[in-house]
Amino acid sequence: MSELLRVSGLDKVYDIKKMFKPTMKLKALSNVNFHLNSRETLGIVGESGCGKSTLAKVLTKLEQKTSGSIELLGKNFDTFNPKEFHSAIQMVFQDPYQSLNPRKKAFDIISDPLTINTPEKSAAEVREQVFAMMKKVGLREEFAKRYPHHFSGGQRQRLGIARSLMLHPQILILDEPVSALDVSIQAQVLNLLLELQKEFNLAYLFISHDLSVIQHMSDRILVMYLGRVVEYGSRDEIFNNPLHPYTQILLESAPKTNREKKEADHILNGELPSALNLPRGCAFEPRCPYATLGCKEVVPDLIQKQGRWVACHEAPSIARN
Amino acid sequence: MMTSETLLEVQNLNIFFKSDKNPEPIHAVRDLSFSLKQGEMLGVVGESGSGKSITNLALMGILGDNSIVKADKLHFNNRDLLTLKEQEWQKVRGGEISMIFQDPMTALNPFLTVEFQIVETILAHKKISKKEARELAIDLLAQVGITSPTERLKAYPFELSGGMAQRVMIAMAISTGPKLLIADEPTTALDVTIQKQILTLIKSLQEKNNMSVILVTHDLGVVSEFSERVQVMYAGELVETAMTKNLIKHPFHPYSYGLLSSRPGAVVRPAKSVLPSIPGIVPAFHQRPSGCQFHPRCPHVQNDCIPSPIALEKGIRCLHPMKEEVV
Repeated sequence: MSELLRVSGLDKVYDIKKMFKPTMKLKALSNVNFHLNSRETLGIVGESGCGKSTLAKVLTKLEQKTSGSIELLGKNFDTFNPKEFHSAIQMVFQDPYQSLNPRKKAFDIISDPLTINTPEKSAAEVREQVFAMMKKVGLREEFAKRYPHHFSGGQRQRLGIARSLMLHPQILILDEPVSALDVSIQAQVLNLLLELQKEFNLAYLFISHDLSVIQHMSDRILVMYLGRVVEYGSRDEIFNNPLHPYTQILLESAPKTNREKKEADHILNGELPSALNLPRGCAFEPRCPYATLGCKEVVPDLIQKQGRWVACHEAPSIARN
Repeated sequence: MMTSETLLEVQNLNIFFKSDKNPEPIHAVRDLSFSLKQGEMLGVVGESGSGKSITNLALMGILGDNSIVKADKLHFNNRDLLTLKEQEWQKVRGGEISMIFQDPMTALNPFLTVEFQIVETILAHKKISKKEARELAIDLLAQVGITSPTERLKAYPFELSGGMAQRVMIAMAISTGPKLLIADEPTTALDVTIQKQILTLIKSLQEKNNMSVILVTHDLGVVSEFSERVQVMYAGELVETAMTKNLIKHPFHPYSYGLLSSRPGAVVRPAKSVLPSIPGIVPAFHQRPSGCQFHPRCPHVQNDCIPSPIALEKGIRCLHPMKEEVV
């Protein structure tokens, strides 16, 4: 397994400008580190406002990073020209209703990446490739002439997936690819993604807030909270033995149909603090049931513990069994 | 559960929509019957287009002019909702039946403060002074777990987070002491940790006020943790109704079965394995199949499923119920 992507010390800071007020800094990502191997799925999970989507935007150059380094296919991320870049990394968006141009036909939506990036291809070649890809994602040939509004949510997401695969990228960023879909359609799209991953040897960066989806799809998992990585490791380590209190509570909060016993429930009090006004120490400290005085003062480093990385001062003493 | 009186009784509810395109009105909800006891929580599960939201709007009497609501019985608190005049509706709606919606941010008026919106609701239903109404509003905000309620009264909706806004909606909904609270996907727009807070709050209010709750959701996990009874809807029909713990263990209708087993994490299964899925999509309102609504997608369809509508028997609308449990 080779390494496709390595992100080190990534920061993204937005300047918030308001009239007559000093510019404020919003730290959307701070010191994010991870890597992605070929053919694996890295699940990224966290609540809204934790920086998941900002991360996806920075990795697809929809936003510029503030500092840190990204290595893509062994090269510096910034040195890629657009064509090389788009053939390496592509993205599927959350809302299949808003991410497809309503004035374009399905054929044009899927063929655009080819006509833009490989203009030397003949029309016949493009046609052939588009129809082959439509077949792969489970869309019939006659759908090519239809507009997005003719399609159901699941079919639109298939369109979005087909479009993202036209340049045969090695990395696909999936930003909540199934959360806008109905339950019975979710499984269809997840199965399609698993199939395509095998067939095209894709590496997925799978962003979701749904823990059961993340658990099913991922090899490794990155848990984020307010722009920071709080826990990072293999799926089994994180789901079977979460060390960070946030991960523990997140796992407990997810509604389940097969909960064995009513655990002494931790209901997480309070809400995500504003990213404009981050706590000085651990970002989770105000909501954490295990917080100590030290947590208020010092940001915990991501350290290796029991086979995964975790950023918590108290992790050793609160590990469950 | 203090009493076991029936609060809501619905028998053969049919909802149609007139449309310019179709000469025949569209049949959106078909022969829906259910009842709800005082103080009980009922989970309603279904995908988009299943008719669950339309049913709620009919119970609130806020369907548009192009709708036709027919029922053998639509009784709420010993009153016939079908014959209510608009004036009487205004007492029921918001007074005895309240509703909270999926997206709290769009349900609140962005131009008005929290105080204005809650006080307005209270004054519409209770004969008290504005000052008393304001005090009641503060008390309600505290009840739904909003810290420093007096300051929050002055806030506009955009100053609230999603969870907070939903709490305000709940405060407004319970301000009139309703007998029935309809919660239409109340936590779909919220994060899991906030979802748990909100659902726990609704549950505790239900128990404290002996209020009945209809909890609409697409998440079987939510239903199984919070409501005792569940009904599954598909394409405008009730397909299965049961005690939640029984349905989760052994769904009889192939649709409920499919919904449960296609959930990642429903059973222990190797990661990245193929999930059982339901092929196809929910049929559109104007393209409903004959017979069992689910038959075009059903893996166990047989010849007798297709010609004529299937009746709901012992809580299951299926001629060939599933024999095995979810695996």
